[in-house]
Amino acid sequence: MKLQLRRTWPALIALGALYIYLAFAVPKFYAADNLRDLALANVAVLLIATGMTLVIVLGQIDISVGAAFAICSIICGTFAKMGLPPILWPLVAVAAGGLLGATNGTLVSFVKAPSIVVTLATMVAWREALRWITNGAWIEGLPNTFQWFGLRQRTGEAVIVVSALLLFSFLWWTSRNLAAVRAIYATGSDAEAARLAGLPTKQVVLWVFVVMGVLTGIAALLNAVRFSDVPANSGVNLELKAIAAVVVGGTPITGGRGELVGTLIGVMLLGSIGPALIFLGVSPYWEKAIQGGIILTAVLVDAIGSWRGGRVEFA
Amino acid sequence: MLLEANGIQKSYDGVKALTSVSLELRAGEVHALVGENGAGKSTLIKVLTGAVKPDGGEVRLHDQRIEHNNPAKAHELGISAIYQQPALFPDLSAAENIAIGNDGNKLWQRVNWQTRTAQATRMLQQIGARISPDALVSSLSMPEQQLVEIAKALAANASVLIMDEPTSSLGHEDTRNLLRIVRELRARGTGILYISHRLEELFEIADRVTVLRDGNNVGTHQMAGVTSRELIRMMVGRELETLYPKLEIKPGEVVLELRSVCCKQSRVKNVNLAIRSGEIVGLAGLVGSGRTQLADALFGLATISQGSVYIDGMPAEIRSPKDAVKAGLAYVPEDRRRHAVILEMPIRSNVTLASLDRLSKNGMLQKRAERDVAQEVTGRLQLKATSIETLAKNLSGGNQQKVALARWLITKPKVLILDEPTQGIDVHAKSEIYHLIGTLAETGMAILLISSEMSEILALSDRVAVMSKGELVGIFDRKDASPNEILRLALGQNDTRFRGRN
Repeated sequence: MKLQLRRTWPALIALGALYIYLAFAVPKFYAADNLRDLALANVAVLLIATGMTLVIVLGQIDISVGAAFAICSIICGTFAKMGLPPILWPLVAVAAGGLLGATNGTLVSFVKAPSIVVTLATMVAWREALRWITNGAWIEGLPNTFQWFGLRQRTGEAVIVVSALLLFSFLWWTSRNLAAVRAIYATGSDAEAARLAGLPTKQVVLWVFVVMGVLTGIAALLNAVRFSDVPANSGVNLELKAIAAVVVGGTPITGGRGELVGTLIGVMLLGSIGPALIFLGVSPYWEKAIQGGIILTAVLVDAIGSWRGGRVEFA
Repeated sequence: MLLEANGIQKSYDGVKALTSVSLELRAGEVHALVGENGAGKSTLIKVLTGAVKPDGGEVRLHDQRIEHNNPAKAHELGISAIYQQPALFPDLSAAENIAIGNDGNKLWQRVNWQTRTAQATRMLQQIGARISPDALVSSLSMPEQQLVEIAKALAANASVLIMDEPTSSLGHEDTRNLLRIVRELRARGTGILYISHRLEELFEIADRVTVLRDGNNVGTHQMAGVTSRELIRMMVGRELETLYPKLEIKPGEVVLELRSVCCKQSRVKNVNLAIRSGEIVGLAGLVGSGRTQLADALFGLATISQGSVYIDGMPAEIRSPKDAVKAGLAYVPEDRRRHAVILEMPIRSNVTLASLDRLSKNGMLQKRAERDVAQEVTGRLQLKATSIETLAKNLSGGNQQKVALARWLITKPKVLILDEPTQGIDVHAKSEIYHLIGTLAETGMAILLISSEMSEILALSDRVAVMSKGELVGIFDRKDASPNEILRLALGQNDTRFRGRN
């Protein structure tokens, strides 16, 4: 498979332009501290947007990831407080996220309910369940091993960023080489055709939602250990940030196409706007407006691209 | 003159689709328009209906030049078009569909449901369609939807009616009925531009014929003055040695056997059929006789409620297409445009879609092997495309069908089920597909060929099975099969009246 960055170009150009401009206008932007903060702040969005790319390529959507993120954070915190050794936390995060994802996946693939409705329902259900169980209370008094996995802050930060990037690279490589991923694209393009070709489309849907959940769990863990307490309402609007990054990265919301690298660029572009504004001395209130403008532009570029793509090959 | 196109030119991205094409349509005439896919028929229709602006030339209606044509204007002037696939709103009733676009510019007025229903009833009655105006279009069969389209054109007071492959998805009886309506419209003075790949039909209905080739008008003739051989030669620009080659293949062992197969949900009843290796069994019958439903049941798309299927003498449990593929079955469905190929995928991924297991090691796709296989098979099929990376949506119908067949060429199935494999594709591509089917049989595949084209069934099949009302009502050997006998059985002997509903 050739690297199909055609749809990713606009985001890549915008990102390049922004970074070059910042290099001249506010070189301080490139200070190590700032870059580290920038990376740390976007780890969770990157992992979730990666999963979301697969979900969207499949022609589905998952708006429950923010709520799942909150649940996974709380579960990780609870187990940590009970004294579970840090080495097992990732397992807990994977299991919790995977289960939540499997719930969505089962409802979408086997009950055949539309994913927007299913995940809207689970989003509400999980947020409310969490509120009911925790009464809005944060998990406090965590052992010292919790924040930064008990490592020195610098080391902990490096562990978080590096493991997220490794995971992303692994998924990216997998997405281009695993035969099963072809089935995701085929199902997203034309589920009936994929089924007629003998592909197990239902299992494909189920597993993509499970992967989405697992990534949400890992994102929740990597995010939670940055702090000394675990809030009960984390991950608000996370699903929207993830979907926005996917769309900006050139993956059409209609499914069947898309690239994980595009999503990485989308996350970097949208995530850099806020800090860039601060460095440029512009009011941070502009952040959302500019992000909205970027999303609109991405959608427009995509629409214009599809107007011109309708030529029939006669030869 | 009712309608004239003079020197129409049109290019897309520098590719000439039409180079100075002229055409005249008289009132009360059925004018056939034929040509291979890509010859420019669709573009010409689009120019006439205002969907596409020509680069040069003019369209005249009643000797008046149509300026700034667009779909709404053409509609208002009485130029209507009916396409291969009915373009109706499935969730609206027949009456609403007939009324849409024919209400004038009264978008903000109250809908008068009574006149609407009355008008729809009148239009439907005029063409002898027994369809309730309140019926949802999605609940109507394909032939019925086609009739609603015609009623819609009538309601628009169309003086020019363009019919693009109107019978390609109709069975014998529905086709007869449609042709009868066309004759009635002609008698009323409507000018009909009739596009079809079914030449027999054109000889029956058309007064004149215009042949397009590579965007040129290669001649307009009186239909009575040409033979089908001449027409085909004009269309392809040379003689086709044989349109229907039949390879002599000695059938081997029985590969597929159906023993009293029933399918409750689709009313397929008690089907017994055995197909041997290398054998082509044609499955004839009217649309709605249960042919496609039988194929669906075989492939695990519908549940077999009774009876059993044997493959190579072993009972096969087929509950899903996945099971079917595993058991050695392959299915090229009728609805090619939608489900036989994945339009957004390149040829390469399309042809390897059913063989991903074989092309991967430890779950990892072996891309070099995939490319080689795709290259080899597309070469063998003489698929016309720039490269194997061309998206399927950019291919012509015939080439898409080749991609669909190529997929199963790689998996080497034991049984290949083809549903209307040449529907809506041009003569040349048809001939190639026929060759291909023969070649596949030669490799020992057992082939079940569903087709509504009698000549196709008769020419390709070793045996012809006939279905009627969900039952297998007869099987003929090649030498005993005659169109009349097949038709008699397909019609269910004493039941010859029009049936719209399937």
